[in-house]
Amino acid sequence: MSPEIASRTTQPRRHGSNSGQPLTRRDGVLKVTGRATYAADNHPEGMLYAVTAISRIARGRVTALDVTAAKAHPGVVEILTPANRPPLSHDPEEKMLPFGFRVEVLQNDGVRYVGQPIALVIAETLEAATEGAALLNPQYEVADARTNLSNGDRFDTASVGIGMPARTAHGDIAVGLAAATHVIEADYVTPAQYHNAMEPHAVVAEWDGDRVTLDMPNQAMALSCASYAAYFGIPAENVLIRSPFLGGGFGSKAILNGPQILAILAARLLKRPVKLALTRAQMYGPVGHRGHTWQKLRIGTDSNGRLTALHHHALCATSSFDEFLEAAANASLPLYESPAILVEHEGLRLDTGTPGPMRAPGEASGSATLEVAMDEAAVACGMDPLEFRLANYAETEPGTGRPFSSKALRECYSEGAKRFGWAGRPIEPRQMRDENGFLVGWGMGTAVFHCPHFPAEARATLRADGTALVETAGADMGQGAWTALAQIAAEALGLDPDQVEFHSGVSSLPDGGIAGGSGHTASAGLALNNAGEDAIAKLAALATADPASPLFGAGNIGVVARSGRLHRLDDDGRSESYVEILARAGQAEVIGTAKAARDQEAAAAHAMFSHGAVFAEVKVDPDLGQIRATRLVGAFAAGRVINPRLVRSQYFGGMIWGASFALHEEAITDHRTGRIMNADLAEYHIPVNADVPSLDAILIEENDPYVNPLGIKGVGEIGITGTVGAVANAVWHATGVRVRRFPIRIEDLIIGWDTSRK
Amino acid sequence: MNRFDYIRPASVPEAVAAAAVPGSTYLAAGTNLLDLMKVGTMRPERVIDITRLPGLDHIEWLADGSVRIGAMVRNSDLAYDARFARTFPAVAEALLSGASAQLRNAATVGGNLMQRTRCAYFHDLASACNRRMAGSGCDARDGENRLHAVLGWSEHCIATHPSDFCVPLVALDAVAEVEGPHGARDIPVDLLHALPGATPERETALAPGELIVALRLPSEAASFSGNARYLKLRERTSYAFAVVSAAAALEIEGGLIRKARIALGGVAAKPWRAREAEAALVDMPASTEAFTKAAELALADALPSGDNAFKIELARRIVVRALNLALEGTPEVMPALPASPFSTTAGATHVA
Repeated sequence: MSPEIASRTTQPRRHGSNSGQPLTRRDGVLKVTGRATYAADNHPEGMLYAVTAISRIARGRVTALDVTAAKAHPGVVEILTPANRPPLSHDPEEKMLPFGFRVEVLQNDGVRYVGQPIALVIAETLEAATEGAALLNPQYEVADARTNLSNGDRFDTASVGIGMPARTAHGDIAVGLAAATHVIEADYVTPAQYHNAMEPHAVVAEWDGDRVTLDMPNQAMALSCASYAAYFGIPAENVLIRSPFLGGGFGSKAILNGPQILAILAARLLKRPVKLALTRAQMYGPVGHRGHTWQKLRIGTDSNGRLTALHHHALCATSSFDEFLEAAANASLPLYESPAILVEHEGLRLDTGTPGPMRAPGEASGSATLEVAMDEAAVACGMDPLEFRLANYAETEPGTGRPFSSKALRECYSEGAKRFGWAGRPIEPRQMRDENGFLVGWGMGTAVFHCPHFPAEARATLRADGTALVETAGADMGQGAWTALAQIAAEALGLDPDQVEFHSGVSSLPDGGIAGGSGHTASAGLALNNAGEDAIAKLAALATADPASPLFGAGNIGVVARSGRLHRLDDDGRSESYVEILARAGQAEVIGTAKAARDQEAAAAHAMFSHGAVFAEVKVDPDLGQIRATRLVGAFAAGRVINPRLVRSQYFGGMIWGASFALHEEAITDHRTGRIMNADLAEYHIPVNADVPSLDAILIEENDPYVNPLGIKGVGEIGITGTVGAVANAVWHATGVRVRRFPIRIEDLIIGWDTSRK
Repeated sequence: MNRFDYIRPASVPEAVAAAAVPGSTYLAAGTNLLDLMKVGTMRPERVIDITRLPGLDHIEWLADGSVRIGAMVRNSDLAYDARFARTFPAVAEALLSGASAQLRNAATVGGNLMQRTRCAYFHDLASACNRRMAGSGCDARDGENRLHAVLGWSEHCIATHPSDFCVPLVALDAVAEVEGPHGARDIPVDLLHALPGATPERETALAPGELIVALRLPSEAASFSGNARYLKLRERTSYAFAVVSAAAALEIEGGLIRKARIALGGVAAKPWRAREAEAALVDMPASTEAFTKAAELALADALPSGDNAFKIELARRIVVRALNLALEGTPEVMPALPASPFSTTAGATHVA
């Protein structure tokens, strides 16, 4: 069921502008009543179930699979192995631009990480397929697993993230350090983390000749259609992806993976629909993760607490066969003014699945360490951490001097500090106790995230009954795209949201771009806005050229669309409804279309970032070392806010994720085998409700005329940045113990803890 | 998972008879068993569903003041039974500190006693585990073992018992009532779980086919109701197994400790009763000094089994804290965060 059906009667009728209003989710009722159809909810007639058998070694070769035993299991239909896997039209070792990764689709018997698919079992039931996979009983030729700094291969790299330079230098770092009165130098470690979207990666594939329909959660439908088409040797328009809802994606559903390709291949081979849904444990391998990093920061400051040098080096893990390096050190580029800034990256090859973009890729890991290092530098200077950051506020982009398209970070600092009650915070650690004797600490961090904009298309149809249909292939991962995008379209069309039917989440619609990089609302939103404006322009042309219309002759003056009517710009009293205009013209509809992209000139001339400030309070048990984040206050400036309810929710989600990064999340690898020993939600800890008792997100107003015509930046990822450091700094402030490894653990605080210092 | 026979007996004798066939296992709520079957750690050929057996879901107060709890009583039902929670508050607190509300609503008393270790190597079929497969070795010994045992472990196994519930049960001399092919018998909970020694695959004192039908708490255990606590250190505020935990119960008269009960969780393959520490407290004035000495005694034999020396110090500290909390008295109402060190934090209003 699609959201507009359920939403028709649930939204209050609004007058005038509807963007900026905190409408509830159009798909909310569907979701809480279980009627929203997720990919794995589809069960076409005759469907088979596919389950991957996965490798339990990190490197080597599969020498034997007991296909006979597996095939003999009742219900098992077919088993794909490297020996019989049908051909693909694209070489899986060949990266497909722009976001293609090398994938494992049984191209040979090699194993390059734990969790790699080594066979696909297809059966009449999920249970039979699962047991069939278990019966394969793989035998291996095992090579030593490379799992850490001591045995991984370090390598130089030219690029990090997706196509970003690995090294950027402004000024001379040696000169800057020599000029400093204080230099802090510290090493930090961030762990491997896994997306763990609530909804596992799933696909239901059904072929009809050389056309295929894929029900799957997908953050990048148009790109994925083209990629699947290349793998299966069919035109891109023959691939239909239906992805109305995603149960979280966080970057892991934007990139093709081996298990899904194999399931689609099996459906083609067996001429029956095939469903595959990864188990939780199977999501720790072929679907990306946030890579392990080892970072070093050196910060030089002068006697006034101003930076003289900022040096950020990041050693970033990737797989043995592909590159995705966290652009962690780049977090030190846009925030703080310094005459010398050097950021550089190195790679480390490990026997893991290839890392990939995970909510705030690069920035999350880099901001975590930068903000702790800035706290250490503030301590070295004897300054309050907020005062220290203000002393190093960048009025223009550090190094380049480009103006920011907008930057209300000062307001974020001041509003956040006010709401939190930062004033009067003791500079020394271990000074505060609550009424129960728990250690209390306050810390802060600056949040920053760039504002990408992806090309997108949309269509808006004004109908004879005065309602509209707007269409773009957008992706709602839970962030509220169904609602915010419809609000933008309704605004452009001069209609209330409940008069606008919104079609999204199907690849046959106009390309909605990528739901990633915090750029989806801006990108798809601008396309919808422009399509709406195009439809209104066409409607206005009909009216102003029609002598029977009260708007006749207003072509030069212009009209404005409001509440389903066009009004003369210079005379509000002269207006006509869309219904009347279309009826007299004898037209069933007018259709507006748009392709939207960023103005490259404005982009080149400006540095474009969302900003924020996060303040954290933690309490720590003075004897037992258990930590609890008791208060988080974030203030964010991210351009125009379409729906404050959804935006706040994004900030909350990001801030909780930040607290999770600081205190909970870590994939634990057995270094002898490369196996992740906590690949389930009982042992891979993410916060429960009780871990973050109080959250506050302040929306700072910001008008940005350059970022795009709508002035929208992005809010999906920035909440993590700043928060990790804020929580870690609060732990230091509570305890006096500086932990430079994430997540911060009880024993980090207990070992060597002098309890007589209570 | 493997194909298995599903058997639903109508009575306890039928269940015991069905389970006498090798390869059988009892199924209660399945909150642990089904997970183990999904990952393949357990591959039973016969699953004997005891959830429909009559008469196992009652809480029965006996004339002598003891209580008899049917094995199929749900964790939540027991924890929220007003009389039970008032009489054995540390047990109720332990129950409410375990798992999540959803799991507690399903999980049973008997199942909790029978839950298996969370050792990752026990769950990972590619790893050597003497507990899962006798004689195969112990990959935890040199593996990721920061949360493993510090008491009673052997070279063959360093796993811990994960239950919260069992910790105060052991402290309060609870007894399991068992029926089996050779009749009925009682097993003190303290003797139910085995230390690994050279045979870690023998996890409990139960003989094949034996079924726990009830749990008894003796009337003497009620004498601690005014000064009994359970405290659990976790790496997140809820829905996490204990790093270390402790149950502490005191009977105090005129400022002197008359009786003390101490048990530790998360430190050994069984809930760890600290009898020497208890004895050292008898007739002593209740003070942090005495509690510290008791904690030293409780952990006197502790040894790290790996990267977990910090647990020994934490265990000492949690014993002292739990005894101090017990001394302060059982709270009038169950804390919003049961067993959490943060349960006293003002504003800690979230129910865990």
